[in-house]
Amino acid sequence: MLTYARWKYAAFLIVLLLSAVYAVPNLFPQDPSVQVTANRGAPVDEALRTRVAASLQKAGVTAKQVELDTKKNNLLVRLASPDVQVKAADALRPELGSDYIVALNIASTVPDWLEKFGARPMSLGLDLQGGVHFLMQVDQKAALEKRLEATTEDLRVLLRDKRIAYISVDRRPDNSIVATLRDAAAASAAAGVIVKGQPTLLQQMQGNQIVLQVQPAELQKYAADAIDQNVSTLRNRVNALGVAEPVIQRQGNDRIVVELPGVQDTAQAKRMIGATATLEYRAVVEGNAFDAVESGNVPPEARVYYRRERGPDGKPMPILLNKRVIASGDQLVGATTGIDSQSGTPTVSVRLNSAGGQRMFDFTSENVGKPMAVVYIERLPEVKVVNGQEIRSTRINEEVVSVATINGVFSNEFQTTGLSGQEAADLSKLLKSGSLAAPMDFVEERIIGPSLGKQNVESGLKAVTFSFAFALVFFLIYYRMFGVITCIALLLNLVMVFALMSFFGATMSLPGLAGIALTVGMSVDANVLINERIREELRLGLPPQTAIATGYDRAAGTILDANITAFLVGLAMAAFGTGPLRGFGITTMLGIATSAYTAVSVSRAIATLIYGGRRKLKSIWI
Amino acid sequence: MKPFNVFPYDSKINFMRVRMISLAIAALLMFAAIGAMAVNGFNFALDFTGGVGVELRFAKPVEVEAVRSKLAAAGFDNAQVQSFGTGTDLLVRLQKEEGRRNEGTGSIAQDVQAAASSADNPAEVRSSAEISAQVGKELRDKGILALVFVIVGFMIYISFRFEWKFAVAAIITTLHDVVIVVGWFALSGHEFDLTVLAGALSVMGFSVNDTIVVFDRVRENFRSMRASPEEVLNASVNQTLSRTVITSFVALLTVLALYFYGGASLRGMAESQIIGIVIGTLSSIFVACPLLMWLGVSKQDLMPKARDEAALARRP
Repeated sequence: MLTYARWKYAAFLIVLLLSAVYAVPNLFPQDPSVQVTANRGAPVDEALRTRVAASLQKAGVTAKQVELDTKKNNLLVRLASPDVQVKAADALRPELGSDYIVALNIASTVPDWLEKFGARPMSLGLDLQGGVHFLMQVDQKAALEKRLEATTEDLRVLLRDKRIAYISVDRRPDNSIVATLRDAAAASAAAGVIVKGQPTLLQQMQGNQIVLQVQPAELQKYAADAIDQNVSTLRNRVNALGVAEPVIQRQGNDRIVVELPGVQDTAQAKRMIGATATLEYRAVVEGNAFDAVESGNVPPEARVYYRRERGPDGKPMPILLNKRVIASGDQLVGATTGIDSQSGTPTVSVRLNSAGGQRMFDFTSENVGKPMAVVYIERLPEVKVVNGQEIRSTRINEEVVSVATINGVFSNEFQTTGLSGQEAADLSKLLKSGSLAAPMDFVEERIIGPSLGKQNVESGLKAVTFSFAFALVFFLIYYRMFGVITCIALLLNLVMVFALMSFFGATMSLPGLAGIALTVGMSVDANVLINERIREELRLGLPPQTAIATGYDRAAGTILDANITAFLVGLAMAAFGTGPLRGFGITTMLGIATSAYTAVSVSRAIATLIYGGRRKLKSIWI
Repeated sequence: MKPFNVFPYDSKINFMRVRMISLAIAALLMFAAIGAMAVNGFNFALDFTGGVGVELRFAKPVEVEAVRSKLAAAGFDNAQVQSFGTGTDLLVRLQKEEGRRNEGTGSIAQDVQAAASSADNPAEVRSSAEISAQVGKELRDKGILALVFVIVGFMIYISFRFEWKFAVAAIITTLHDVVIVVGWFALSGHEFDLTVLAGALSVMGFSVNDTIVVFDRVRENFRSMRASPEEVLNASVNQTLSRTVITSFVALLTVLALYFYGGASLRGMAESQIIGIVIGTLSSIFVACPLLMWLGVSKQDLMPKARDEAALARRP
């Protein structure tokens, strides 16, 4: 009598169910679609839906469905084919103008109840759907210098504020800062002030000089900050490109990967990513802006700007600003959100360099109690097709993102208070996105055409199917009943790999598909080991049921050792590789883990189910 | 009904008797591979060298020479043009022209496409890549790092589960296989790209898997058989022979599917694996156990140490 623990059957059933649920979404076809999102707080509502539907009809495009998703705040137009998709996007772009971003997308057709479990199809890698891939190198040395320059400036301001006369505060090439004071007494006074003001710096007194060192941990933080700021800047810029599901990730200490599925015009994408956005601080000119706009009577020192937020009538609100710039974005060193210690409300702290700080000091000394505005200026490249000719131009977009009252005199460091949490986060993001923390270079650029992507999907799937079919046919012929069992185990193995990859949100790429094909080849091994071992035990004269049990037990140890060593190789590829190597490594590791489970546990459960209950089993079909 | 099998189960082939010959052949192959690498070097793909590669598909078949002269006329003097697959697909490779990159405005791929196209035979960019030499160099370094990681990992794990002689034999066998696979790419001049590297590394996984199964049997037999190491090793190889051949055969089938149906992008990977599987199978039969023998493996190596010490302690 051959038995197998009941809880193991339960585990097998649970695994089977979970694998099915998470793997199945990959079978649903995806609709080519056009996604419309609001650009600057414009409304996404039923009215927009009617507008979109009407303009599609005008352009002669029949949409499968126009869905309004109030939760994600977007509108999804599902279409029948990629050709119609492009037509629809071309029709919608001029119609909706710059208030909305119109992006090509592929929408899943997975039913809602499946999505409730978090079951999603795997996203396709660039090599399977076409698009562009950039790898950018962040100049960390420049970033560090910028930060050290700012710290040096802070020290000067600190000493000035505390009325400690200094001879010089200079940055040395070895990343240290040296403050030279008149005498040792002044130096020790300065040291006390610096300990309080800049507690993270390491101090060393040398007569009338203080040598300040930035701690290594702090230097690392500088580098991490720089790359984070560049990532968020890139994210803002890419969002303006209208790309659905872009990937913007840091890689290592000084690289950023940008992947834009579906984009073909790299030149345009590169211009966009390298686009310049900047900021300006300007004084608000008193007077009624609405009247000025209507009458055209604008005071001579002022210009009309529009606010980012919309007024009650849904139109941007005008505001009059001084033509003179107080400080601009290239003088901005950093912006962080925090909580105001006095009011407990969110704030944005801004740091300027010395030139900007001086200008700000001069201005605020004379204008306490008056409002000051932050203007965000973007240069957006635009491509229009006129009479079949591409016309490239740059559009300058200027918006007032914040207006605040000057509460006191300040120079290079100040705070904007009275914001909501969301407003504070948005403002600091905008302030930061105006500038890159460090310059970047394109070190890798790949384009994959859509036709190649399509071909890769086809050939990749074909290869997996054939490799699987070859293995199945061989097993059925060679091991008969145990071949059937092995085939079921292999199938479950494949489903489990797909389920796990979908669950973890992995991206399916061509090397990933190759990895799956190879997984089939490797997972065969565990099954062969078991089946051969059972045959061997049978030849030694053991009764069939004992042979099955011993075969599985004896093979398990071997499978463990063989798989762990092979797993190490997958681990090395995933840990040290990037791109295809990593994808291949991850699939291999997953495949090895699932194949060990399915071969040892699942196939045994099935074998026991088939042969376990028979009392007088004479022979087994192997 | 008798089981259907390809290998006689009671095979008693004396693999150990020919161990000097098989080891000599293995060493010879390995040195030949190293020689090929030293003499020929590799035809590294863009992934490793950096540069520009543009894959174009023309509407109608084109002459390689005509495209080359057109590109030269447009200022791409050193363009390498190769055709691959059908007559409509061309691969254009360029050394990167420094200075162009940092403008951030133009795209070389589009320039190449414009230069190669003609009104009656327009080209479409199927894919393109621009990679800096720095990135390529790092990739090579990372590949070597991965190799070192794998070797150290094997050494630790196999020494822990078996014994250091097994670890050394497994590592040499695995390296032998990888070196031959990589050597083949040096010898044939086939392009060595990132997927080939992935293929070569996965050969290590396959090869060690094969070897470990045999070693596992060696360990089992050393504990249960009363025989000389040579007999134990021979018996182990023979007992696992059927399994080794079947596994490799099925794995070979799946990789062949990859080679024939996976398209051009996967061909290099599949090629490395086909060679790897064949060599890996042979080496697990003809190299791994002879190496163990040579290293002087014995029954004592596999006896649990703690018990020996306990036994010693009990003696007066």
